[in-house]
Amino acid sequence: MIPTVLFYLFSAVLIGAAVGVITSRNPVYSALYLVLAFVQSAALWLLLEAEFLAIVLVLVYVGAVMVLFLFVVMMLDINVEEMREGFTRYVWIGAAVAVGVVAEVWYVLAWRSEGFSAVPDALPADYSSATELGAVLYTEHLYAFEIAALILLVAIVAAITLTMRKREGLKVQDISAQVAVRREDRVRLEHVEATKE
Amino acid sequence: MVTVSHYLTLAAILFSLAVAGIFINRKNVILLLMCIELMLLAVNFNFIAFSRLWGDTLGQVFVFFILTVAAAEAAIGLAILVVLFRNTRSINVESLAQLRE
Repeated sequence: MIPTVLFYLFSAVLIGAAVGVITSRNPVYSALYLVLAFVQSAALWLLLEAEFLAIVLVLVYVGAVMVLFLFVVMMLDINVEEMREGFTRYVWIGAAVAVGVVAEVWYVLAWRSEGFSAVPDALPADYSSATELGAVLYTEHLYAFEIAALILLVAIVAAITLTMRKREGLKVQDISAQVAVRREDRVRLEHVEATKE
Repeated sequence: MVTVSHYLTLAAILFSLAVAGIFINRKNVILLLMCIELMLLAVNFNFIAFSRLWGDTLGQVFVFFILTVAAAEAAIGLAILVVLFRNTRSINVESLAQLRE
């Protein structure tokens, strides 16, 4: 009984937050609604007994990705009115597409599927999703895990090289030029004639 | 009782809201990136629900990798967005037409 109530509560807030993301006037509100959507999803994943992924979602998404989004949104000077142009014209197309997708998926779920109406058995009390995930992640899927690490490294390098800018007229040290300098480059001996009165 | 198809329906609603968001916010690159994040979230819901239904951890492993790749995608996408804003002083999708001219 309690899980059912919680499911509907979290789902309602999640859908409301998703609607808030796509209809907010200000991108900052959209980002904050997206944070709410991620937190509700984490709660729903807890109901699905995927605790490790729920915590990862909160840590990685709410803690890192959404903070990055908020930084970028607040750093840029966005002309909100220009962005809203065409909103009313496209809202009907958007609604039609959304209803279409929901109808298709509902058709598949209601009429073309067997067994999706099963209630999953409760897992044993000493079940740990982190243990289960780690047991296969570091053995069977080790290559995929290492490729994921490489993707993150590439993302770091790409993000830094894209946003780093060279400004003209900046006085910076050139260490190699400083080290490579020799005596002849800096010291000049001048022979000065002694002058007589 | 909450069945697997409840979760699948919820994921479908979330996905279609994200698709609708791409249609109605088609000028704002930041909103497009956020809608992509919502879509990935809906896909993750399906993976976790099926992983729970069939008692197979592989679905959760997939969600783990999707989260990794989505974080990388968000970082690079936002970096491109910053560069775009620096060059055109706007994040309108329609200002991304340099290749056409």
